[in-house]
Amino acid sequence: MRRRFAEAGRRAFLWQALAVGLLLLGGWWVAGRVEGELAARGIRSGFGFLLQPAGFEIGESLFDFHAGLAYWQAFLVGFANTLRVALPGLLLATVLGALIGFARLSPNFLLRALGTAYVEVFRNVPLLLQLLTWYFLLTEKLPPVADAVEFLPGFFLSKSGLAFPLPAFAVAAGELAWPQRGLLNIEGGATVTPEYLAVLLGLAAYSAAYLAEIVRAGILSVSRGQVEAAAALGLTARQRMRWVVLPQALRLIVPPAGNQYLNLTKNSSLAVVVGYPDLVSVANTTLNQTGQAVECIAILIAVYLALSLATAALLALYNARLLRRGSAA
Amino acid sequence: MIAWLRGNLFSGWASGLATLLVCAGAAALLPDLLRWGATHAVFAPDAEQCRALDGAGACWGVIAEKYRLVLFGRYPHAEHWRPALATALVLAVLAGFLLLPRAGRFFLGRAVPLAAFAAFGIAALAGALFLMAGGALGLAAVDTSRWGGLPLTLLLALGAVVGALPGGILLALGRRSSLPAIRALCAVYIELVRGLPLIPVLFMAAFLFPLFLPRGLGADVLLRVLVALILFAAAHLAEVVRGGLQSVPQGQYDTARALGFTPWQVQRYIILPQALRAALPALTNSFIAVFKDVSLVTVVSLYELTGALQLALAGDADWRPYFLEGYLFIGAIYWAGCFALSRWSARMEAR
Amino acid sequence: MKLSPLRCALLVLAGAAAGFAAPAAHAGKTLDAVRQHGRVVCGVSTGLPGFSAVDSKGNWVGLDTDVCRALAAAVLGDAGKVKWTPLNSQQRFTPLQAGEIDVLSRNTTWTLTRDASMGLHFAAVTYYDGQGFMVAKKSKVTNVKQLKGAEICVQSGTTTEKNLTDYFRAQGMKAKPVVFESYEASLKAFFSGRCQAYTTDVSSLAAIRDKEVKNPDDYAILPELISKEPLGPAVRRGDDEWFAIVKWVVYALIEAEELGVTQANAESLKRSANPAVQRLLGGAEDMGRLLGLDKEWAYRAIRAVGNYGEIFDRNLGANSPLKLPRGSNQLWTKGGLMYAPPIR
Ligand SMILES: N[C@@H](CCC(=O)N[C@@H](CS)C(=O)NCC(=O)O)C(=O)O
Repeated sequence: MRRRFAEAGRRAFLWQALAVGLLLLGGWWVAGRVEGELAARGIRSGFGFLLQPAGFEIGESLFDFHAGLAYWQAFLVGFANTLRVALPGLLLATVLGALIGFARLSPNFLLRALGTAYVEVFRNVPLLLQLLTWYFLLTEKLPPVADAVEFLPGFFLSKSGLAFPLPAFAVAAGELAWPQRGLLNIEGGATVTPEYLAVLLGLAAYSAAYLAEIVRAGILSVSRGQVEAAAALGLTARQRMRWVVLPQALRLIVPPAGNQYLNLTKNSSLAVVVGYPDLVSVANTTLNQTGQAVECIAILIAVYLALSLATAALLALYNARLLRRGSAA
Repeated sequence: MIAWLRGNLFSGWASGLATLLVCAGAAALLPDLLRWGATHAVFAPDAEQCRALDGAGACWGVIAEKYRLVLFGRYPHAEHWRPALATALVLAVLAGFLLLPRAGRFFLGRAVPLAAFAAFGIAALAGALFLMAGGALGLAAVDTSRWGGLPLTLLLALGAVVGALPGGILLALGRRSSLPAIRALCAVYIELVRGLPLIPVLFMAAFLFPLFLPRGLGADVLLRVLVALILFAAAHLAEVVRGGLQSVPQGQYDTARALGFTPWQVQRYIILPQALRAALPALTNSFIAVFKDVSLVTVVSLYELTGALQLALAGDADWRPYFLEGYLFIGAIYWAGCFALSRWSARMEAR
Repeated sequence: MKLSPLRCALLVLAGAAAGFAAPAAHAGKTLDAVRQHGRVVCGVSTGLPGFSAVDSKGNWVGLDTDVCRALAAAVLGDAGKVKWTPLNSQQRFTPLQAGEIDVLSRNTTWTLTRDASMGLHFAAVTYYDGQGFMVAKKSKVTNVKQLKGAEICVQSGTTTEKNLTDYFRAQGMKAKPVVFESYEASLKAFFSGRCQAYTTDVSSLAAIRDKEVKNPDDYAILPELISKEPLGPAVRRGDDEWFAIVKWVVYALIEAEELGVTQANAESLKRSANPAVQRLLGGAEDMGRLLGLDKEWAYRAIRAVGNYGEIFDRNLGANSPLKLPRGSNQLWTKGGLMYAPPIR
């Protein structure tokens, strides 16, 4: 018996060693091959290019970027642009998703039907198509910038995006920089481009459909008995929601919602199709200008993996806290 | 009737208000929508008429004019019957799986169906592929760079699913293996790939694969992209299959082992069939995701439906303004496919 | 024989080792491969009228495609033996690096970065171009200076993107590029009015204005050129033999124009008294041998597509819808830049 056990152990060890060995060998082979091919074909490699001037402009950015800055700074701008669209997207999607989730549970038939229709439409059409449609609507149906509509004082909407007043620290604290019609463009103030708007709306609308389902499932999971018991205790519908249903539903909602947030962030990589300069778009441009595909793709992968890991860590933290609270209670 | 109205539309002041608001909204929007989409729309492929509309109505004529380009991309015009037939073939087999209850029961009731599913899928794929590629039996060869539109979308989606399922199952089993190294390897692969968006993976297919694959193997973008889709989907399917595996009680495994089955036999004949059945609804949702994801291959310039639409309209000044109608058209195609699949999965789940 | 897991693993290992040993496919083998497969694989654009585009009959036509045809005629004796691979701006270099195409003939600008660090070699210049701007006439913009602060649509993966930046920086002006990854998307955005200007090589602008617009008079191409864009075919690095063939096929077409050899008269000029013509057409000396080809390589190329001037006129110049002036692409003897080193 002991012999057999030992033999099985040896077999298992052999298997694993083989798998790991094969993997290492495979990785080594691919790496060697890529390296060899790059050298043999006279293609430059290495991350040195990151320190060189990028030489291209980025259409919109949170920082003051210009072409004289280095590639790594361009990547940073791209990453910031990804977050700049993903974070407000999260908020918008959450609000919209919660509203639609509640609508689907409403006693009102019309609201229920609307909610269902929304979910079924937005979930079943590829996000790419939705982004393109939003973008088309914004750039085709809005007036050209020369005839921008000023729907509120200082707010201009046109094919060039939305221009709005912004606190201008440079002018004087507390004063607003007002956009005005310039020769070609709206000048001054702040603008968000139609590319940004399309990505924001597209991501939010798409994710909201999934979040709505998560919210609905979370609320439905709270047993009827509890709600009835609470009602018997004389709690109003609102109190029942606030004190009985939501706290329990939230535990079920948060983990899948967290994944959905991560998906939204990953999906922001589709921004490249409507010309929004997110991380992928910057990596793509850099790849084309320098020809250093391996490096650019490696950076992309590393950044997205880091985001995924961070989300996973946050969720794990939340779960741990819940468990601790659960056991304390 | 009245009671229903009462209960469902006016059960309280809030509900009543909502009903009124929704109705008001509908009254404001629906007539406009109807006017735009139907009564004022142009259905004939006549660019002059469409321009005369000046946005007051939809120009469905653009579909009538361009549908062949949208559905089949750059495929040689005279040979369009081939992609049409290939599409029909693939759709027929898919519909066979989804609709015929006999096929469903056959698929679910036995241990072999996985193989049967794969065999059917592969046969259909092979037939459709041959129709598309030609080069024998009197069919002119058509280079893959000219494939496009709906058949490309379907073939890529089906190819990715058929290719990824075995890989996904192996990965899922590996992740539950008793051997720590195997477990770790599978887990790392699954989590790594699931952490990535598809676009960088497609970039890899477009820019990196050719650099390390021997010449010839890496020659075809379509093939490379398919491989990328398979690698990507396998990781996602693996998680779903793992969910199914977890639903099978451990006791069954131990019992079967005690009865003298080898570990592989237990998996093959006892655990997997149950696990897959349990995971079927979730698997279907993953298939829907793959189907939608295929639209991204346009980023590496394969002209599937979305790309073919761009191709058909962007280069034609007469029809360029009518992208919206085009988007709605292919949106409807996607929607029909995804909706049918999701209904089917909901039915499976209910059973 | 039962296939034990261990044996399977060994098989896989052996397979991997075999893959390892497989020679990397490049360097010095292009001519052999082309001869063996009986075709030149030619990377072209996805559709740019005048350079490379599919006509109504499904044939590839344009200046860049004629270079490939001449090459096939010179190497294989048949201008029809070309396999066309359409490539967009971003993906054009990878297939060449990876050995999937034999030559990239696709309105591609010769730059130092591309030549020195991306695994390719530009063989010659077939069109001297420059970057320009197109605007809608109703915007009343008539020169680039007025584009201060304008949004400008541009396709990513081009030299265009960087030139735009350089020029505006040099002028002390700010431009907002709106960058699209596909040609179609960039056109769509510009024509929808998203940008106040579109920028790329002026020859392309002319082609776009001619083909993609309902009424070409609604759009104007601004007079300024902001860059040098020498366009020409590129080959993979490390294959000097093939590099020389592509280079000299192009030069033979230019030399033919210099010498007055045309598609029509090449046959009769074979017996010309002019030794230079004789050498070109393979009447006496065998110049082809030095390239690894035969005596009539250039003759066949000229018979297939005509001399450079004819190619230009047919695709871009007087006999084409674009009607571009020869400009810098005139022969050096007529004040242009087209100059072929002597074939001797
Ligand atoms: N000569 C420039 C630009 C060439 C270029 O790619 N131009 C674009 C815009 S006209 C193009 O040809 N696009 C067509 C395509 O992507 O297929 C370069 O080499 O970077």
